[in-house]
Amino acid sequence: MNIQDIASQVRRDIVRMVHGAKSGHPGGSLGCTDLIVSLYFKHMELKTDAAGPVVFDMNGTGEDLFFLSNGHISPVLYSVLARRGYFPVAELATFRKINSRLQGHPATAEHLEGIRIASGSLGQGLSVSIGAALAKKLNGDNHLVYVLMGDGEQQEGQIWEAATFAPHHKVDNLIAFVDFNGQQIDGPTDKVMNNRDLGAKYEAFGWRVLHMDGNDYESLEAVLTAAKALTGQGQPIVIITKTEMGQGVDFMMHTHKWHGVAPNDEQLAKALEQLPETLGDY
Amino acid sequence: MTQYPYTDKKDTRSGFGAGMTELGRTNPQVVTLCADLVGSLKIDTFIKENPERFFQCGISEANMIGISAGLTIGGKIPFATTFANFGSSRVFDQVRQAVAYSNKNVKIAVSHAGLTLGEDGATHQVLEDLAMMKALPNMTVINPCDYNQTKQATIASAAHEGPVYLRFGRPVIPVFIPEDMPFEIGKAITLNEGTDVSIFATGHLVWEALQACQILEDQGISAEIINIHTIKPLDVDAILASVKKTGCCVSAEEHQVNGGLGESIAHVLITQYLAPQEFVGVKDTFGESGTPDELMAKYGLKAENIVEAAKKAIARKAK
Repeated sequence: MNIQDIASQVRRDIVRMVHGAKSGHPGGSLGCTDLIVSLYFKHMELKTDAAGPVVFDMNGTGEDLFFLSNGHISPVLYSVLARRGYFPVAELATFRKINSRLQGHPATAEHLEGIRIASGSLGQGLSVSIGAALAKKLNGDNHLVYVLMGDGEQQEGQIWEAATFAPHHKVDNLIAFVDFNGQQIDGPTDKVMNNRDLGAKYEAFGWRVLHMDGNDYESLEAVLTAAKALTGQGQPIVIITKTEMGQGVDFMMHTHKWHGVAPNDEQLAKALEQLPETLGDY
Repeated sequence: MTQYPYTDKKDTRSGFGAGMTELGRTNPQVVTLCADLVGSLKIDTFIKENPERFFQCGISEANMIGISAGLTIGGKIPFATTFANFGSSRVFDQVRQAVAYSNKNVKIAVSHAGLTLGEDGATHQVLEDLAMMKALPNMTVINPCDYNQTKQATIASAAHEGPVYLRFGRPVIPVFIPEDMPFEIGKAITLNEGTDVSIFATGHLVWEALQACQILEDQGISAEIINIHTIKPLDVDAILASVKKTGCCVSAEEHQVNGGLGESIAHVLITQYLAPQEFVGVKDTFGESGTPDELMAKYGLKAENIVEAAKKAIARKAK
């Protein structure tokens, strides 16, 4: 199964989960699908048992770790985790419903395999990922820590506390992504609160800055490979990842309107027509 | 009454520092973080002996809490240290989401709590931290009373699996808790047995309660002094057993009465055993600059205030 086909199924899962819950965040989830699928199905070293399936433990020693700071795009993470084998795909149907392990925003309280920290209140994931990266160094564990943040999220002050810390302490086993889709709840990021040149800002803070098209598999492959090669050189790495909110569903693209809105029955059907079922719906 | 002779006076924060020194030597998983207050937190020895296990965060407490949560993923036992104000109210959302809700094994160890911080004034005199922290599910809240107990509480916090808020302070006070007195998180300590009134005290108010006990005894009143070092989980059994014996109680704390230890005790009494209770604490006001002693007197947190409250509680007992 190639990455693109997995991504198509994940996108189907996302729109079906959000439709089923009648709430959730499809736009950013669809935009980040190609990145998170690439990480979990290609680039991350994950712990597996002898027979091959992934195994989960909270400490995550001896494997790469991924943290989602912009927790509202939980649908994409849940789908990828389930499709990668962390928990049954059928459980995706419980998203945002009572007694579910798939909370609106990721949480550890329900012991969902693959989730190591609660996120949703924005701006905290970069700090958490730095802590996890420091623990890996103390443990002599040469694996990497990845973290995804939103671009609207860059308006949180804590991000810049963390951005100051990581280069100072040479946290060079960390690769951060900024989902640069240019949209947030109240409108285009440039209009709501202009982040200006995020790459230049991170560079000024002491990060190694890369740029990538997060919806282009050639770009993803080349830049993720390059980023991994740049780890261990005394600097944390950030990849400004250009994505299109709503990618893969034409009427959800080029607008902020689908940040946190669920499709109705008709819109769901229209979306699914554009997304081939490749792995079987849950 | 039981006497607690002392030969030395020390600050509780130094008890924390001593506890950290011991943990540094005995538990390789313990790591320490600080937000530009190393000297105030007395962790110099830990840092000197374990430089690779210390992370200076600069003046960025929110980041320090997040990094601490991340360090637990990998099995570390992080102690995030700063002033009580900056380890509670400034970072409440980070503590709530990344530590308490995520149930991470982070120890938030904070000094300079309450009025006894003194001259710096109300901006730094946090009197609301116990209320915030005890409201968080999964959080254990400890407020030890002297150097020896703070050292014990520090070591016990590392052994306890789960989030802990450990609160101590700046003033130099008598070291009166015997080094070998057993300490268990969640287990109150009866310092003096009495029959007329129960006095439940925490932190710096424990020494004041012992002074009050002597004054009351001189006036023919028998006070039971119970040291509640763990605000949460509260030792409900100890509270009920004492109040059932004495019939009334006083709570004493260097904290707002709103949301403090006293309210936790009132909750126990109102639901399980009705009895008069009086509150010694800060009454819905901010502090101000002054010496610790002047502030404790002005805001009604001295032994004589406890004596007064005890008499009031006794007078309210059903005739």
